[in-house]
Amino acid sequence: MPLNLAANLSDADDVYADLLAAHEGLSKEQSDALNARLILILANHIGDRRVLRDALGAARDPGNADG
Amino acid sequence: MNKIFETPLYPYTRHPDQDVTPPARRKVVIVGAGPVGLATAIDLAGKGVEAVVVDENDKVSFGSRAICFAKRPLEILDRLGCGQPMVDKGVQWNVGKVFFDERKVFEFNLLPEGGHRRPAFINLQQYYFEEFLVERARALESEGAPIELRGGNKVMAVTQHDDHVTLRIDTPDGPYDLEADWLIACDGAASPLRAIMGLDFVGRVFEDNFLIADVVMEADFPTERWFWFDPPFNRGQSALLHKQPDGVWRIDLQLGWDIDKEEEKKPENVIPRLQEMLGDEVEFELEWVSIYTFQCRRMERFRHGRVIFAGDSAHQVSPFGARGANSGLQDADNLAWKLRLVIEGIAPAALLDSYDTERVQAADENILNSSRSTDFITPKSAISRVFRDAVLDLAEHHDFARPLVNSGRLSVPCVHDGSPLSGADALADGPARTRPGAPCPDAPLGDGFLLDHLGDRFVLLTLGADAPDALSESGVVARRVALDADAGALAALCDRYLGDAPAAVYLIRPDQHVAARWPAYDEAETRAAIRRAIGLE
Repeated sequence: MPLNLAANLSDADDVYADLLAAHEGLSKEQSDALNARLILILANHIGDRRVLRDALGAARDPGNADG
Repeated sequence: MNKIFETPLYPYTRHPDQDVTPPARRKVVIVGAGPVGLATAIDLAGKGVEAVVVDENDKVSFGSRAICFAKRPLEILDRLGCGQPMVDKGVQWNVGKVFFDERKVFEFNLLPEGGHRRPAFINLQQYYFEEFLVERARALESEGAPIELRGGNKVMAVTQHDDHVTLRIDTPDGPYDLEADWLIACDGAASPLRAIMGLDFVGRVFEDNFLIADVVMEADFPTERWFWFDPPFNRGQSALLHKQPDGVWRIDLQLGWDIDKEEEKKPENVIPRLQEMLGDEVEFELEWVSIYTFQCRRMERFRHGRVIFAGDSAHQVSPFGARGANSGLQDADNLAWKLRLVIEGIAPAALLDSYDTERVQAADENILNSSRSTDFITPKSAISRVFRDAVLDLAEHHDFARPLVNSGRLSVPCVHDGSPLSGADALADGPARTRPGAPCPDAPLGDGFLLDHLGDRFVLLTLGADAPDALSESGVVARRVALDADAGALAALCDRYLGDAPAAVYLIRPDQHVAARWPAYDEAETRAAIRRAIGLE
């Protein structure tokens, strides 16, 4: 399955709020660690190197998602 | 205290070659009596090719240095006739533990695949390894094999000619000239020969120092490999504890870049650090301490005319993953049969270019693996440390993160995909692990093992297929090893060599790598594959 960059969250506002809530009260260092753990957990869940590479590309250069 | 590395094993004696004009001419001169030089000499001389090893020293390596020898190199040593003493002396282990800060985050059991004569690897001090090789060389010498070790012989200059190399060698009795048809440089990462010839050695420098110590203790530590990330006794750095024979333990402590090496090496600084690591109650004696830095780099080409580089002189890796001596032995394995065929006039000198192709490929694979381990163990940026620590935190609780923990990957041999010596893979349903270019995996055969029947010469391995007992082509004789495709009695063999195919014919090189394979014997194709495997096509 190719990387999906179309809207895919039916409850986008809730998901976004969950993200912020997870970081509530954490120091910058703790937040960075949480983000790193989250990325690793999601990467494993996706389990597809091609999708992850596309996602890395899109994250690194949001204006050129195909690159 | 072990003094084996203080005893001269091949002390200097004056050789008649030092008193002749014009200079004596030898078939192969090997510079460096380390693991790679000795293995190459044993391989060549065991097949009747004259091999003279020169080394400026006369002892085995000082300190334990390389301590992990993997299965494939052990199989190569079996072929050379000295695998058994290594395995008898070596320590075998399967359990590894990984610690992060003060917690054990997980442990693993390597559970090596069954059906192999040799274990996944052994721990053995390099000085024992070299001693067993020297003993093997001496045994060959006493049987009349053309092998010679010249200690106290230091190469000062090298001149290449069209059909030979001239060496200027210094000795306690003064210098002499020696000619060699072929020169093999096994003189280590700091290779004086490479410097004399002005050759490149480029790659990545890792700005870090490691303290490495051999400690003798009668402790009740289990025979396991323990690796610490950021432990209390070495904050912000890593540490490794590994068992060697004779109650000797290898300890590696990462020190960081900006340190005073001479100061760190002093026993009064080393001992308290080790005491903190081992616990107050443990008594130990310090046998050897060294501080090293490392690089991951290789020469652009390993063959330069009649001078061929092998082992650390050609490529250097970080110690994580035990890829130095292990890959060097595979260089020797790859080179010796090719050089023999060239010297015997059977193969063109161009066959040696395939040594370059195949072993450069292996070196790149090893450098990639060892760089990745190093990047995990010693993160080079704030964010890489954040990810590294996240992996370790997750590994404590979740399976998925454990494969990401990289404290050194097991050294496995390179599959020479795309090798110019390989024929087509015509066995449609054959297992990937035995495709052309792959080293033959071992398998039990009733009362012995498959690899005992392979090696040194070309072999036509047939499983449930017909073929002549021997096939002679272009001066090479491939003799047949015929086995039944009996999945009941020889399950591992069939699994590793047949897969879903009902029968198979393999052409196997003298270094036990697969050259080509087919579902049935075809004389014309086999002849073409032999020619290709010796550089004729």
